[in-house]
Amino acid sequence: MSLQPIVEIRDVNFTYDTRPVLKGINMTFHKGKVIAIMGGSGCGKTTLFRLIGGALKPTKGEIKIDGQVMHELDQAGLYEMRRKMGVLFQFGALFTDMSVYDNVAFQMREHTDLPEEMIRDLVMMKLHAVGLRGTHALMPAELSGGMARRVALARTIALDPMLILYDEPFAGLDPISLTAIGSSIRQLNNALGATSVVVTHDVQESLKIVDYIYFISDGVIVAEGTPAEIQASDKPFVHQFVHGEMDGPVPFQYPGGDYKTDLGVSA
Amino acid sequence: MPLIRSMRNIGHRTVDTIWRVGFAARFFVLILLNSGMSFRRFHLTVKELFFTGVMSLIIILVAGLFVGVVLGLQGYETLKSYGSESALGTLVALSLVRELGPVLAALLFASRAGSAMTAEIGLMKATEQIAAMEMMAVNPIARVVAPRFWAGVISMPLLAAMFSAVGVFGGYLVGVVFIGVDEGSFWSQMQSSVDFQHDIMNGVLKSFVFGIAVTVISLFEGFDAPPTAEGVSGATTRTVVQSSVVVLLLDVVLTAIMFRGI
Repeated sequence: MSLQPIVEIRDVNFTYDTRPVLKGINMTFHKGKVIAIMGGSGCGKTTLFRLIGGALKPTKGEIKIDGQVMHELDQAGLYEMRRKMGVLFQFGALFTDMSVYDNVAFQMREHTDLPEEMIRDLVMMKLHAVGLRGTHALMPAELSGGMARRVALARTIALDPMLILYDEPFAGLDPISLTAIGSSIRQLNNALGATSVVVTHDVQESLKIVDYIYFISDGVIVAEGTPAEIQASDKPFVHQFVHGEMDGPVPFQYPGGDYKTDLGVSA
Repeated sequence: MPLIRSMRNIGHRTVDTIWRVGFAARFFVLILLNSGMSFRRFHLTVKELFFTGVMSLIIILVAGLFVGVVLGLQGYETLKSYGSESALGTLVALSLVRELGPVLAALLFASRAGSAMTAEIGLMKATEQIAAMEMMAVNPIARVVAPRFWAGVISMPLLAAMFSAVGVFGGYLVGVVFIGVDEGSFWSQMQSSVDFQHDIMNGVLKSFVFGIAVTVISLFEGFDAPPTAEGVSGATTRTVVQSSVVVLLLDVVLTAIMFRGI
């Protein structure tokens, strides 16, 4: 297996207005790997996801994809880079005015001069890979949530990307759809020889399919390792997250004033 | 201090409005710069022409007919007192071609097609379809916005022309068929009074300008809508209100320039 890094994140800081969201993040993603970025809500993982996709520019540091610094690219360069990437959004983001077939064919028609017969074959192959070839004539509104996510996955891999980004791919799915999406992510990554980055909350499903995990909390990486290392970790944050404990380093109560004062009860 | 607070609010609103006008102007320039695809792949524009133009046809034709009928009735009553019933055709035609056709068609277009455009683009944004397109290296301004813009600009003069034509027919129906104004006078006076350049082309120009204004406002509000249900609903309301005010304001300016030479 090649160890050529596809994504290099070096000392990335990001600030919204004056609020620091990411502080000195360093990550390296190698070809062929599936990497999970985990953390609680508001920890900065979606911001990191958007930075990798080039939708945001870091306040400090750099993100290199395939050797190119993302924030130094102009729009043409950024679009050229994005043609090598696939992004699966949290709820699929299928184009609601197009059929399943047209959704999957969208990028092929936009970016290639392939004849329609060849596009048809490719679309059917992509839909077959996610088990939904039979839905090609349906509209997105006719699909269940899990099916829509799988169609979106077929659309994501339409042009055989080298890097696939998944934003909360397991959110709101039933157990069957969850397993289908999880195994599809792993299998498609292996088949395409791509690199996949999964931003997720779902620890148990991720542990089954990923090669490496980063935990982010309060804008910094608090733990990282293989699934086996993570499961064996005795770090309080990792333990709380993996075992779904209500209280711990991530407190149950949002910081506030004195409870008795809020209730109007004297001490 | 309530006075300082209200002055601060006025200041914030003024600055915010100026920012939005600036963003809308920049958005308009971006649409023009990214319009190539709308003509190279004209089927994208044709598809939007169907939704903005053809789907607005029914309301435009029905409203045009009713306005023509009312103009015929009201005009006849007024002209009768001066013994000039035969000028009914002129009154109906000039009112429609110069003013009512372009203005009312634009207001109906804003309510029907403009609000639909805002809601559609706002929802595309809220459901991350616009972001997905960006991430697929497809420029949403070129792929989504520009075809809708040109569809609006092309449909608006055609809809206004149909509004006026059906309105004239409505005036004919009530004036000639039901009241009994002489048919020859109705058409001949209209023909001699309505000037192609001065009346019809100015009306077409007005509807073209209204088409640009309404479509840019609708698309900008959709693209700029906060990605929430409340945000999209607010943007749709703003589209109708702003389009109506801008159309009426532009009508004043254009009428002053065209017919008074100001």
